[in-house]
Amino acid sequence: MTDASMDTPTPRRKKISLVADDARTKKRNKAEKRFQAYGIGAIAIGLFFLLVLATSILRSGIPAFTTTVVSVEFTLQQEEFDEAEGQLFKTKAYSNYFISALQTTLTEKGIKVSFDEASIERVMGKIGSTLREHYSASPDTLGQPVDFSLGASSRVDGYFKGRVTREGLQDSRFLTLADLDLVDALAEAGIITTTFDWNFITGADSGVDNPGGAGIGASVVGSFFMMLVVLFLSLPIGVAASIYLEEFAPQNRWTDLVEVNISNLAAVPSIVFGILGLAVFIQFAHLPQSAPLVGGLVLTLMTLPTIIISTRASLKAVPPSIRDAALGVGASRMQSVFHHVLPLAMPGILTGTIIGLAQALGETAPLLLIGMVGFVARGYPDGFISGFIDPNSAMPAQIYTWAARADASFYEKAWGGIIILLIFLLTMNIIAIILRRRFERRW
Amino acid sequence: MKFAKLTASTLAIAAVSATSAVARDNIQVAGSSTVLPYASIVAEAFGDNTDFPTPVVESGGSSAGLKRFCQGVGEEHTDVANASRKIREKEIQACAENGVTDIIEVRIGYDGIVFASQQGGPDYTAFTQADIFTALAPKVMVDGALVDNPYTKWSDFNADLPDAEILAFIPGTKHGTREVFEEKVIAVGCEATGAMAAMIDAGMSEDDAEDACLEVRTDGRSVDIDGDYTETLASIYANVNGIGVFGLAFYENNTDKLKVATMAGVAPSTETIASGEYPVSRPLFFYVKKAHIGVIPGLKLYAQFFISDELAGPSGPLANYGLVSDPELGKIQQMVADEVVMGGGM
Repeated sequence: MTDASMDTPTPRRKKISLVADDARTKKRNKAEKRFQAYGIGAIAIGLFFLLVLATSILRSGIPAFTTTVVSVEFTLQQEEFDEAEGQLFKTKAYSNYFISALQTTLTEKGIKVSFDEASIERVMGKIGSTLREHYSASPDTLGQPVDFSLGASSRVDGYFKGRVTREGLQDSRFLTLADLDLVDALAEAGIITTTFDWNFITGADSGVDNPGGAGIGASVVGSFFMMLVVLFLSLPIGVAASIYLEEFAPQNRWTDLVEVNISNLAAVPSIVFGILGLAVFIQFAHLPQSAPLVGGLVLTLMTLPTIIISTRASLKAVPPSIRDAALGVGASRMQSVFHHVLPLAMPGILTGTIIGLAQALGETAPLLLIGMVGFVARGYPDGFISGFIDPNSAMPAQIYTWAARADASFYEKAWGGIIILLIFLLTMNIIAIILRRRFERRW
Repeated sequence: MKFAKLTASTLAIAAVSATSAVARDNIQVAGSSTVLPYASIVAEAFGDNTDFPTPVVESGGSSAGLKRFCQGVGEEHTDVANASRKIREKEIQACAENGVTDIIEVRIGYDGIVFASQQGGPDYTAFTQADIFTALAPKVMVDGALVDNPYTKWSDFNADLPDAEILAFIPGTKHGTREVFEEKVIAVGCEATGAMAAMIDAGMSEDDAEDACLEVRTDGRSVDIDGDYTETLASIYANVNGIGVFGLAFYENNTDKLKVATMAGVAPSTETIASGEYPVSRPLFFYVKKAHIGVIPGLKLYAQFFISDELAGPSGPLANYGLVSDPELGKIQQMVADEVVMGGGM
């Protein structure tokens, strides 16, 4: 058709105006407009979901950062201390002393609502361990009045946050309507207040009957040690593997096989690495269970393909003329790689590494199998080495554990944990962007 | 890695005792997700009240926990398995094959299984085992004959039940709860409706009939939940007609969201379960490897602490969370103190 039209101008052809669009041009322009509209629509839908997600996370998670506390003065006598320490369930004894003292204090203060020890016990959270820690650490305060701010029970906390309402409340052994009258009276007297919950950020996991004591701090530390392992293993191994494959390895069937397998590994579901970790690191190598060291090793396996692929891409992006010039002035191949190619590829490598780390940070599935999910994150490690070996959890595993617990207060904590995890991920991504912007070279 | 292991051992030796060369100084527990809440309460209290580190408690189901427990003796294996059912003969054999022979069985108390639906849903207030069986079995009795289950609504077979679609969320097969559900609800219902007798009349052996009784319909009206109770709760909230199977403790923590049904006329509570009136309850256990006592520091104390009057007694924190305290607690305390293993012998 083109040949024919070039040789002999067709008489049937319409005149084309440069000013007015003809039907075909209009059709094409319309198609373009439609396509743009689809694109904008797609972005709008994406933004809408992002907005819904962000608001729901923030709305459900923000309450986790505040807590309801009961502030009151309390004196523990030396004899009471000795007696509590002599019992099997010491924390309960401390809590009993506090509750009976609080009853006396409230009666003196003239709280009008009727209450008894049982109702105070329902209003207070699990306070025994805080008291025991305080008096074990500073026995000199025995016999002197000390100002305590102790957590209220999760349902009282929920009452101030709107999770528990008078209408929805059914009398149970956890809380009764009469208790809420007492809570209101205490709030009026300024004894019950809502404060920022530092314990949520710095604390460790707690038992299911103590939601007020739960914090994400210990599992943040667990995640940190895991990321150290991942960084110090996967970065050198990944970069060395990619440099060899990209710069030195001959192109043959063997290296093809390696390359195909690396790409395949990147697509392997993470739970598979968990099973591998259980079989190899724990059952064969006898490394400790629930340890961030093993978690880090498993996540290293998972992150390696990502890092190798991104490193090879950034090595490829360095123009061959740089290598040629280096070789031309007499550098060895190794010198050309380490003095010229690698520094130029570094921003891309770092970006890939950070993205890989961020991916590993949010991973729960492999940790399920190596014992990092459950009631694990109980405290901070004593030292640097024990940080790798002592049982600990990780942020996503902790969130998963909380979401599965019966008390609605833990569900709120899970959302709060998601906010903290997202802050970490955002920070890592921002660092990746900054590194790329600052050190990237264009040719 | 060698360096890390070495340092860990050195630290552990320094921290625990000069004689034991164990790298692990914390107790490892795994098993039933029903026992997990109680175990986590005890673990926290154990860490707060003793000088030993807080035990690590993992969940994953009774079967998974016992499987890991039976993998062998040594610090890389778990010390305690939580279970919401008794250990099976097959599992004891698997244990023995791996050298795990002396197992201490500890009963911590009882747990009730309740049938609950969402607060705003249909009036599911009273069931009998026969109702549940008739709603969920693949073959039921209609006019004296065993036929494929024709019912789609609860009111189809019992006019007292609401006019709502049958949809039940029951625990998956890896849960110990499933066994209790089958034994105390489905099997009882199977016998009560006469379906079992009909099967035997049709030429089945008694064992086969018992197995056939436990089957549930596969047309989507009975849904297995392999996760924990939060998943069941979410499923019920997604289906207004849905009814779910929960542990008593979970229900009591969520009374604002869930509405409980009576079983054979008895409302579930710690009192009715303790007295044996409420028919659907089961004992909860944990199993301790005797070979690890004295090797893993604090293991025996943990077992004793768990079942002490202060914790597992009727006014302890476990009972407060929903565990029905064992009336024979004293006997079990004595058993643990003497380290009595299963199958007699010391």
